[in-house]
Amino acid sequence: MCDFPFFSLVCTGEIFELKAELNSDKKEKKKEAVKKVIASMTVGKDVSALFPDVVNCMQTDNLELKKLVYLYLMNYAKSQPDMAIMAVNTFVKDCEDPNPLIRALAVRTMGCIRVDKITEYLCEPLRKCLKDEDPYVRKTAAVCVAKLHDINAQLVEDQGFLDTLKDLISDSNPMVVANAVAALSEIAESHPNSNLLDLNPQTINKLLTALNECTEWGQIFILDCLANYTPRDDRESQSICERVTPRLSHANSAVVLSAVKVLMKFMEMLPKDLDYYGTLLKKLAPPLVTLLSAEPELQYVALRNINLIVQRRPEILKHEMKVFFVKYNDPIYVKLEKLDIMIRLASQANIAQVLAELKEYATEVDVDFVRKAVRAIGRCAIKVEQSAERCVSTLLDLIQTKVNYVVQEAIVVIKDIFRKYPNKYESVIATLCENLDSLDEPEARAAMIWIVGEYAERIDNADELLESFLEGFHDESTQVQLQLLTAIVKLFLKKPTETQELVQQVLSLATQDSDNPDLRDRGYIYWRLLSTDPVAAKEVVLAEKPLISEETDLIEPTLLEELICHIGTLASVYHKPPSAFVEGSRGVQHKRLPGSAGSADSPDTGSAAGVSEAPPAVIPSQGDLLGDLLNLDLTPPTTSGPPPAPSSGMQMGAMDLLGGGLDSLVGLLHLGGDLGGSPAMGAGFGAPPTAMPASFPPPVSGGLDDLFDLGGSVGMPMGAYSPPKSIWLPAMKAKGLEISGTFARRAGVIQMEMTLTNKAMSIMTDFAIQFNRNSFGLAPAGPLQVLTPVGPNQSIEVALPLSTVGPVMKMEPLTNLQVAVKNNIDVFYFSSQYPISMLFVEDGKMERQVFLATWKDIPNDNEAQFQIKDCHLNSDAASSKLQGSNVFTIAKRTVEGQDMLYQSMKLTNGIWVLAELRVQAGNPNYTVSTVS
Amino acid sequence: MIGGLFIYNHKGEVLISRVYRDDIGEAGLKAEQPIISRSVPKPVSCLKRNAVDAFRVNVIHARQQVRSPVTNIARTSFFHVKRSNIWLAAVTKQNVNATMVFEFLYKMCDVMSAYFGKISEENVKNNFVLIYELLDEILDFGYPQNSETGALKTFITQQGIKSQVPTKEEQSQITSQVTGQIGWRREGIKYRRNELFLDVLESVNLLMSPQGQVLSAHVSGRVVMKSYLSGMPECKFGMNDKIVIDKQGKGGGSEEAAKSGKQSIAIDDCTFHQCVRLSKFDSERSISFIPPDGDYELMRYRTTKDIILPFRVIPLVREVGRTKLEVKVVIKSNFKSSLLAQKIEVRIPTPLNTSGVQLICMKGKAKYKASENAIVWKIKRMAGMKESQISAEIELLPTNDKKKWARPPISMNFEVPFAPSGLKVRYLKVFEPKLNYSDHDVIKWVRYIGRSGIYETRC
Repeated sequence: MCDFPFFSLVCTGEIFELKAELNSDKKEKKKEAVKKVIASMTVGKDVSALFPDVVNCMQTDNLELKKLVYLYLMNYAKSQPDMAIMAVNTFVKDCEDPNPLIRALAVRTMGCIRVDKITEYLCEPLRKCLKDEDPYVRKTAAVCVAKLHDINAQLVEDQGFLDTLKDLISDSNPMVVANAVAALSEIAESHPNSNLLDLNPQTINKLLTALNECTEWGQIFILDCLANYTPRDDRESQSICERVTPRLSHANSAVVLSAVKVLMKFMEMLPKDLDYYGTLLKKLAPPLVTLLSAEPELQYVALRNINLIVQRRPEILKHEMKVFFVKYNDPIYVKLEKLDIMIRLASQANIAQVLAELKEYATEVDVDFVRKAVRAIGRCAIKVEQSAERCVSTLLDLIQTKVNYVVQEAIVVIKDIFRKYPNKYESVIATLCENLDSLDEPEARAAMIWIVGEYAERIDNADELLESFLEGFHDESTQVQLQLLTAIVKLFLKKPTETQELVQQVLSLATQDSDNPDLRDRGYIYWRLLSTDPVAAKEVVLAEKPLISEETDLIEPTLLEELICHIGTLASVYHKPPSAFVEGSRGVQHKRLPGSAGSADSPDTGSAAGVSEAPPAVIPSQGDLLGDLLNLDLTPPTTSGPPPAPSSGMQMGAMDLLGGGLDSLVGLLHLGGDLGGSPAMGAGFGAPPTAMPASFPPPVSGGLDDLFDLGGSVGMPMGAYSPPKSIWLPAMKAKGLEISGTFARRAGVIQMEMTLTNKAMSIMTDFAIQFNRNSFGLAPAGPLQVLTPVGPNQSIEVALPLSTVGPVMKMEPLTNLQVAVKNNIDVFYFSSQYPISMLFVEDGKMERQVFLATWKDIPNDNEAQFQIKDCHLNSDAASSKLQGSNVFTIAKRTVEGQDMLYQSMKLTNGIWVLAELRVQAGNPNYTVSTVS
Repeated sequence: MIGGLFIYNHKGEVLISRVYRDDIGEAGLKAEQPIISRSVPKPVSCLKRNAVDAFRVNVIHARQQVRSPVTNIARTSFFHVKRSNIWLAAVTKQNVNATMVFEFLYKMCDVMSAYFGKISEENVKNNFVLIYELLDEILDFGYPQNSETGALKTFITQQGIKSQVPTKEEQSQITSQVTGQIGWRREGIKYRRNELFLDVLESVNLLMSPQGQVLSAHVSGRVVMKSYLSGMPECKFGMNDKIVIDKQGKGGGSEEAAKSGKQSIAIDDCTFHQCVRLSKFDSERSISFIPPDGDYELMRYRTTKDIILPFRVIPLVREVGRTKLEVKVVIKSNFKSSLLAQKIEVRIPTPLNTSGVQLICMKGKAKYKASENAIVWKIKRMAGMKESQISAEIELLPTNDKKKWARPPISMNFEVPFAPSGLKVRYLKVFEPKLNYSDHDVIKWVRYIGRSGIYETRC
């Protein structure tokens, strides 16, 4: 049809003819006519004019004709919604047909007709089909729910189809189960927070049973769904793994990779010293290798995934280097991927083989591949120190071939080798200099210039070499210009006598004749440095450079974790999170590996962090709890060995505990709330406010904690206390935006001080902020002042003044604040807790008499006692420190060698808090009571 | 999931297009506007055919060689496979299971070949109704459904062949088969003669250094079966798998075990047709299954240890000055002298600037093929433990090309009547308790064929 674009409309005569045939009495003729219509449709001709005639053919008992008509309907119904209604009756009738194939066909097709009016009529037949006696109809109906949800989500919820779909997970037929799982997973993806796919051990068990019985595709749906589950403990995790491992021998690579995904994820929870862990690792290697004998397209997908797996768990494939050797006839995309994995697996044990291979590849035809091979040799040198010498000599051999792009690539990597092993291989410089003229790519030229500049003192004619580059200075790319400037300055600092002229020349070229601001700036800096203080210039320009790291192209760990959860999918092929290429909300929620089982001596901590819905422990009384906390504080837990996993909030908490002093208590309490998303933390440490005795007036509860902070702020300067900044919103959860912050009271104004860090690749702009209703009516007093866009890897500090006139709603915990931040990318939510001390107002000093009167009025059960240990302040110092935070000392009394401080403070909402502080040598005892 | 599936010919014209989801921006092949003016042809540009066109422009018509089988164009991902001149492309906007999409495309090709043979433009065009019917059945809303040809053929029949209305029992039998646990076999199959054909097909892959050092070698094998068995037979397949034999050896400790232990092979990994009970293999390492009817591939396996390399290639290349190359290649057959290898072909690459070649070979025929830049040496048959050699003088045109000739490896093709991995079928038992035939009544045929996979020697 592309040959004759103008025939995209069937000429009227033909349409007329078809019309006549469609209305013919003979079945065969009708069928032929419909086929012709479909054929025209396929090649892009417009046959929508025949809509009524085709629909008339729908009422037939001939299955084949029916299918054809349905096909036509799916294509044209959307453009002719009114006429599509004509077909509804037949659909509804077909859904009652005795033949299950027709029932299924009708409900399947109806779901594909995406016309709103039709969906209304679809509900009843769909409901029946979901409960049909025939499994074929049920499995088709299950998918139809997903279709309907795509068109009208509200309708599906209102009609209760989701519950019916959930019931189908327990169906007796494995294929129905598989399709129900697929449909539910898809629906759940568009409702990230709904608990739609309520995965619990019972349903998991059902899924695992169905896994053994359903088709290959069904197994994939089930395995992909299983991968979203987080087992409760390592035992459950192991039992699921045991039941999934047989899938590794399936002929379908997708089943194998999905099983690998489940295993890779659940393995995180298994303790490493378990025998089973080792067995599992061993079992993973052979199926991965087998994937490489599949068709090239599948090999490609497999290799991209293996690349991830090798980064996460290099031990799995460390002995399998040979299978990644490139075959001459591999498609180029397979070759390039194999090369990547070879470098990752390169080690001292196999480096000789790898190098021999790489040398072989460097003589192949495909330019990209050859370049990558040369680069790989350089990376081997950097990675495996023992091989560096051999790598360098291999590279020299390659330079001798004089193949232009090989030489250039080799020079670029040799520069990196010089960086890694300074003063070791300078003997090769002479060879490099011979090839100076053949370099025409900026990267190679820049690398060469860098080498000349860096080793200027050893190259006799360094000045001549650099001078030769200077001739065409303006035609060079910026990269080369910058490098040349630096190199000549280096040269000048090393051989100041002969090169004065040269440096003058380059400086004037860079500063006067160039309109590139970067170049000009660098030029001026050097110029001024050289003219003011040559010694300082030497220190700056010839400073020792940090060594370059071994692995340069590793995927960032958080991203890697996410990608491991997406093994087998497009995300793992692109090595990008789904949000980077999927539009809308679908599939955007980030997946994470479950918390690792951590150290052997704190298995409880690990599993608690893994299960996010751990119920908060019931804490009998506050005093005990605090005592507990302080105990923790004083006797550090013995988990000093293993480094905490980044995903485990619990262990971060534990680290802070070790941090020492009472100060950390603040941090701790805040961490509890600030980590927001991790309720496990809240359960352990952030709980005190929520576990207050009911009789205790609420405002104080939060205050109590903070009073201690104040009392304990030992190393703090005078003035209002403000806790150190903590991360409120991790970059993982907010598409690269990281927010850390704290609250402070400065000059009577409450401020929220934040650091916004952009960890994404794109620029962020248009920031705005809003608070949810909260206990003290905190609200932003002005807009968020972010005037400049925040570039990648840039941070910006903002202070947001707050007022206390916003709407009030009691929060749990009391000092919890829910915040929404918007930028050009999305809206993000997080919650944080503010120290109550920031709400203490300046006029919180009570009259002595009033204080005494109120103190007596307070019923005893409003009184709570706490102990603070390990606070080495005398009473005076404490009281002045507290005054800085608007906690005022009203009176002081000395009884039996104890200092008693009576204090008052007032909250922004007018509530008074009174406190008695008893200071005994090194062991202050607190009594607090309140008035409201 | 898969949003749409297109089949293109080599020119990039759409032969088949089936759209499952609206999100792929395909208002596509249907004309969007209602018929306002029927006589005025619409310019093509106003048809919204984004996805279809994007793939044609960016992949099929792309000047460069295909750099990846997955392409992302404007946030839409295209997966493609090519069969002769035909492109099959699956399109999606979501984070789909990529492995599954490719497996599905291959499966789709298999199903189509099973219905109408070779996938060619003509066949696709002639069978477009059938293809649409298949696509409707095996892909629902982008989710692959049962795609076993055996099952599909019971209810998706070629036009006209089976138009009488099936009885009610038949209908429900069809549906229960399609959705059931044994979706690959229907009940009530009957044969007069129960017969089984078992082929062990192996391809042996080798990469050898010029000095004769094995750089990598592996055998990828397949067990392909043709079963013509009545009823619902339960089969059990056994081979000289090292793990199984060692296990038995421990139990019995007989001399037989010791003897067979020598011949057992270590299988690196194997995968099975979906009819094989994987959990049973995992726990007992026994291969039991109810076979599909007709042709199917029971298992694939891979071995790397103790491979019999049927041929050894010894190359000798000498550059004589700038314009002449002397090449001598010796092949040695390395198997029992009573066996015969067939279809032997050795391909010796020549430089691009070759002007003439003189060949001397003792056995077979050799020819220089300028269009392929290679000397092709063919030998019809060769017994084991023999040796043969070819020598060639290659004359070169002087060039000023700086780049040295890449020296591609010498590759080889052959076929031998044994399994290079050493795999042996020990038994294939058939049980059908309901029908009155026993294991002894089944006629079984076993055949071993070893072929060259990528069998290369660098020179």
